[in-house]
Amino acid sequence: MTEDMFQVLAENGRVAPEREPKLPSPDLQKLYSLMATTRAADLKALKLQRQGRMGTFAPSLGHEACQVGSAFALQPKDWVFPYFRDLGTYITLGLPLKNYYLYWMGNEEGMRIPAGLNIFTVSVPVGSQLPHAVGCAMALRYRKEEAAVVAYFGDGATSEGDFNEALNFAGVFRTANVFICFNNQYAISTPVRQQTAAKTIAQKAGAFGFDGVRADGNDVLAMYTLAKEALEKARSGGGPTLIEAFTYRMGNHTTSDDASRYRMEAEVRDWSRRDPIERFRLYLKDKGLWDESFEERVQKEAEDLINKAVEEAENTPPPRPEDFFIHTYKEMTPELNDQLAELQDLLKGAPK
Amino acid sequence: MMLNMVQALNQAMHQEMERDPSVLVLGEDIGVDGGVFRLTEGLLEKFGKERVIDTPLAESAIVGASIGMAAAGLRPIAEIQFMGFIYLAMNQLISHAARLRNRSRGRFTVPIVIRTPYGAGVKALEHHSESSESLFCQIPGLKVVVPSTPYDAKGLLIASIRDDDPVIFLEPTKLYRAGRQEVPEEPYEVPLGRAKTVREGEGVTIVAWGAMIPVVEQAAEMVARDGIFPEVIDLRTLAPLDRESVLESVKRTGRLLIVHEAPKTCGLGSEIAAFVAEKGMFQLEAPIMRITGQDITVPLAKGEDYYYPSPERVTLGIKKIMES
Repeated sequence: MTEDMFQVLAENGRVAPEREPKLPSPDLQKLYSLMATTRAADLKALKLQRQGRMGTFAPSLGHEACQVGSAFALQPKDWVFPYFRDLGTYITLGLPLKNYYLYWMGNEEGMRIPAGLNIFTVSVPVGSQLPHAVGCAMALRYRKEEAAVVAYFGDGATSEGDFNEALNFAGVFRTANVFICFNNQYAISTPVRQQTAAKTIAQKAGAFGFDGVRADGNDVLAMYTLAKEALEKARSGGGPTLIEAFTYRMGNHTTSDDASRYRMEAEVRDWSRRDPIERFRLYLKDKGLWDESFEERVQKEAEDLINKAVEEAENTPPPRPEDFFIHTYKEMTPELNDQLAELQDLLKGAPK
Repeated sequence: MMLNMVQALNQAMHQEMERDPSVLVLGEDIGVDGGVFRLTEGLLEKFGKERVIDTPLAESAIVGASIGMAAAGLRPIAEIQFMGFIYLAMNQLISHAARLRNRSRGRFTVPIVIRTPYGAGVKALEHHSESSESLFCQIPGLKVVVPSTPYDAKGLLIASIRDDDPVIFLEPTKLYRAGRQEVPEEPYEVPLGRAKTVREGEGVTIVAWGAMIPVVEQAAEMVARDGIFPEVIDLRTLAPLDRESVLESVKRTGRLLIVHEAPKTCGLGSEIAAFVAEKGMFQLEAPIMRITGQDITVPLAKGEDYYYPSPERVTLGIKKIMES
């Protein structure tokens, strides 16, 4: 680990006392449970995909600390603009897990974010959600709401025009944004050194006139601490921050990818020793907040939650033909009416 | 009040911003400078820089930020300085603005207006004469609106601002100051999705929009001397298309001539010809005809007249279709 990276927990779980956040014990246990649930839900998704019960998705394995740690610092009034590897973020913020499975099973209904949750929809074109996050922050300021707006993205996104345009806007308008980059070392097969010649992602913030910081992305307390600071700064008018979470994508890019084609097994093994959940468990154990029975309880609760979510998702009826037509515009156009009628006639006559 | 199109559009924005505090404008040079064509003149002085936002030079972020503002409940009007620069924002328009309603099953909508000057006929620089409207007409979820008069400009812009879906509002540069017209002082809407018959006639229906309307009207005057009285339809909204009005007219007149300045292949004329062929083939007395820009890059000033449909070219077309 490099020196310029903010870390609270060393890889062996040893805490740096001067940097330890003052979180009550139940919160620490909650962080653990959220990370463990994320991992279990992610592994379940992989199984579902392999069994043909879910489509292609981007696994979150290895990102539990940066997702959960940063999202844990959010308040309900804050907004989140996710990318496509955000399972832990959703779980932490309370998006029903059913929605996640449903969407990646191929049903748009999963992205109907429940009212009251300020989470935007998944954004697949890389980096294109960053301008949305900036516009949202501009709107909140105009409406005099003291809330922050987070955008999540990967290291590949930092090469996109939208990253540069959005961060430039954020700098110029001093918006209440926190840009959180999960630098997981790869954009599909492209290593980060081929993505940028900059030494760090965090330093890119300097070009836009605001602070960039770097956290050990496998350290949930480091992520929580930096996110909390940046969010408070944003809410109080102090402007945007770029947080680089230095982490590693333990899984494939998506279930359609085979990472063994472009990275060495030894590298993956090396990173597996820095597992975010393992590290946090050692810390909790040291504090007397983790034991086997706690682990059992956490796993059991996660399993129940996941099974229920999968059941709900699988029992959700498939979309009706009209669902696609009625959500294209606020009101159906005459042409859409005709095309829907044609489709419905076709379906009526379809051989059973 | 007698207003030109610039003044009518400016008045529409003033009135909508007064009416609804969630309406704001953003874009390049739209504040202090009042816009390069002065469309947003006076807005900054009246509504302040919180609502009249001079942005950095970044089209994708202008549209992208507008989408984010819409997510948080605002109704931004974004100006893209020329249509030739809107391509930088295509991903935001196609991948997000057009689809968020569907992707979120209605939780997020994008009530934004993207205003941009468009079209040739003013002998401008490269990239300043584009008419790429059909690119947008193929994107489900987007609406495309083009006024041809100051009256329609005001009413269509107000309707677009109040519309709950993303609207690409194309302003024919050539018509900005082409003439004045009586425009009511009070706000009013010209409904989207409805064409207007600007000239009733017989024997042939001419469908056009934007800056081609005065060209077609001139041609209609010219052929009147030969006893030909074409019916002229101004589409006003290109997406969703008012197919019904076009069909009704063509079934009555028996002939269809489409005039647009965009290139011919896959121009909106192709779709108009196709649906008329599908639904009105047997009422046609002559093959459908198109008079359009050619499938070439819009020429610079010295060559623009080769490209730009003229009243003379339209006249020849009318005579030819009447003979067949």
